[in-house]
Amino acid sequence: MKNTTYLRRNWQLYALLMLPVIYFLIFKYGPMYGVQIAFKEFNFFEGIAGSEWVGLDIFREVFQNNDFFKALRNTLLLNLLDLIISFPAPLILAVMLYELRIIWFKKFAQTILYVPHFISWVIIGGIVLQVFGTESGFINNLLTGMGLDAIPFLSNKHYWLITYLLVGVWQSAGWGTILYLAALTGINKELFEAAEVDGAGRFKKIFHISLPGIKTTIATLLIINLGNMISIGFDRPFIVGNVAVRDYSEVLSTFVYRVGIESGQISLATAVGLFQALVGLIFLLGANYASKKLADESIL
Amino acid sequence: MSERASNRIFDILNVLIIIVVILVCLLPFVHIIAISLSSSRPIMSGLVTFFPREFTFEAYTKVFSDMSMIRSLGFTIMLTILATVLSMAMTIAVAYSLSKKELRGRKWFMLIIVVTMFFSGGIIPDYILIRNLHLLDTVWALVLPGLISPFYMIILISFFNSIPKSLEEAAEIDGTTHLGTLFRVILPLSLPSLATLSLFYAVGRWNGFQDALMYINRPDLYPLQLKLYQMIQNNQVSEMMQQEGLGMAQLMPESLKAASVVFSTVPILIVYPFLQRYFISGMMAGAVKG
Repeated sequence: MKNTTYLRRNWQLYALLMLPVIYFLIFKYGPMYGVQIAFKEFNFFEGIAGSEWVGLDIFREVFQNNDFFKALRNTLLLNLLDLIISFPAPLILAVMLYELRIIWFKKFAQTILYVPHFISWVIIGGIVLQVFGTESGFINNLLTGMGLDAIPFLSNKHYWLITYLLVGVWQSAGWGTILYLAALTGINKELFEAAEVDGAGRFKKIFHISLPGIKTTIATLLIINLGNMISIGFDRPFIVGNVAVRDYSEVLSTFVYRVGIESGQISLATAVGLFQALVGLIFLLGANYASKKLADESIL
Repeated sequence: MSERASNRIFDILNVLIIIVVILVCLLPFVHIIAISLSSSRPIMSGLVTFFPREFTFEAYTKVFSDMSMIRSLGFTIMLTILATVLSMAMTIAVAYSLSKKELRGRKWFMLIIVVTMFFSGGIIPDYILIRNLHLLDTVWALVLPGLISPFYMIILISFFNSIPKSLEEAAEIDGTTHLGTLFRVILPLSLPSLATLSLFYAVGRWNGFQDALMYINRPDLYPLQLKLYQMIQNNQVSEMMQQEGLGMAQLMPESLKAASVVFSTVPILIVYPFLQRYFISGMMAGAVKG
C-alpha cells in the first residue's frame, strides 16, 4: 500500500495515539530524565539541568548510610515473609472454594472474600488500630477481659511483624484465589471422574489432580513474586507501620519518601530509588527468564 | 469409614472452615460499625465487640456536620469520576489503535509504553516533574500521573483482539471510518471489559493516598483517604503523648474515628455489588496475556 493511501485510511488511528503517547513521554519518560539528579548535587533553584555533576558521590553516601541498609533488609525481609505466609493462602483457599458443592454458597463466599482487596490501606489502617491497638484494641480487650496480659501488636517490633503479615493475608488472600480458580476450572473434568471410578478420595483428587493441574500457574505466580522481591508498595508499610516499630517497618519506598520529601535530601532519595529500580529490573528479568525455562511461559 | 461418609465429613469441614474465613473477613467491619454506633463509655471499658452498646448516632451526626469532611467526600467523588473518565478515554484510544495489527510502527509504540511498566524514574523525579509543571496543589497532580495503566491497556488490547475480525470488516465494507467502527462496533461489544477497567481505575483513584500525601498541601484539596489518614494518625500520636503523660492531648473519640472509617468505606461497598459480576471475566482476560 502506498504511504499516502495508508495515511489517508489510517490517520485516525495515529490521532488516537497522539495524546496517550504524549502522556507517556511527559509523565513516564520525563521522570526518567530526572533520574540524573542521582549523580548531581540537586539544587531546586538551578533545576535538574543546572545542578552540578558529582559522579558517584551520592551512591557512596547511600552505601554508607545505615538506615538505607536497614530499609533494604526490611524490604527483603517483609517480602520474603509475605511470600512464605501470603503465597500459599490463596492457593489453599482456592482449592477449598473449588471443592464447595453448594453453588450459591460458593458465589456468596467469593463475593465476601474479594471485598478486603477493594478497601484502601488507610481504612485498613484504621481498622487495624481498632482491632489490634494495645490500649483499647478489640483483641486486647478480650485478652485482658480473660485476665491475660495485653499483647503489644503494634508497638513491639516482633509482634508488629506478625500483625503486618496477617493483615496482608487478610487483604489479599481472597482476591488471589481468582487466578487459581480459573486454572482449576480449566482442568479436564474427566480426570476427576476417572479418579472417582478408581476410588480416589477427596484428598487424593486434590493432591493428584487439582494441584498438579495448576502447577504452572503456581510456579508462574511464585516466580513473579520472587521477581518483585525488592519492590514494595508504599501504603501498607507506611500506614500499618508507626514510629515505635520503625526498625522493621521502614522499607525502601517509605525511606525514599522520608528522606526525599520530608527531609529534602532530593539527590540521596533519587539515588536510592534508582538503585531499587535497577535491582528490581534485574530481579524481574531474571524471573522472566526463569519462568520461560521452568514453565515454558513468559510473563513479560 | 465408607467413601460416602468421608466425603460428607470433608464437605462439612470445608464449609465450616470457609464460614470461619468469611467471618474473619467480615467481623472487623462489624466491630468497627459497632464502635461507630456506641457511646464513649462502653467503648473505653472495652465492652463493645460486635453489637453497639448505648446505641447512638452521635458520631455520624458529627461526621455529617463536619463541613470539611463532606467537602472532602464531594471532592473525592468528583476526582474519581474525572480521573476514571479520562483514564478510560485515553486507554480506549491507545488500546484500539494498538489492537490493529496492520498499524505501522505498532511495535515501537508498544515498546515505549511497555518499558514504563518495568522501569520508572521513582517518586522523587515524579515529584520534581509535578513541581516543575506547577501542578502541586492542583487536581491535575492527582489525575494526570496515573492516567493510563499499561497493564489495563494490555488487557483491553487482548479483549479487542478477541472480537471477531469479520465484524470490523463488515463495518469497513459499509464504509465506516476507524472511529465509526470503534464507537459502533467495538465499544458496544466490550461493555463488560470497560466496566471492569472503570472499576479498577475508580477504586485505584478512590483508594489512592501516596500521591495526595506528596502533592497536596491545601486542605480543601484533601481527598478522603488523606483526610482520614490524618484524623487517625493525629489520634495515634496524641494517644502516644497521653500514654507518656505529655500534656493534655485532645483525644478524638474512638466512635468518631470508626464512623469516619465507615463513612469512607460505604461508597466502595455501594458500587461493588453492581460491578462484581464483571471484574472476574475482566481479570481472566488480563490473566491470559497480562
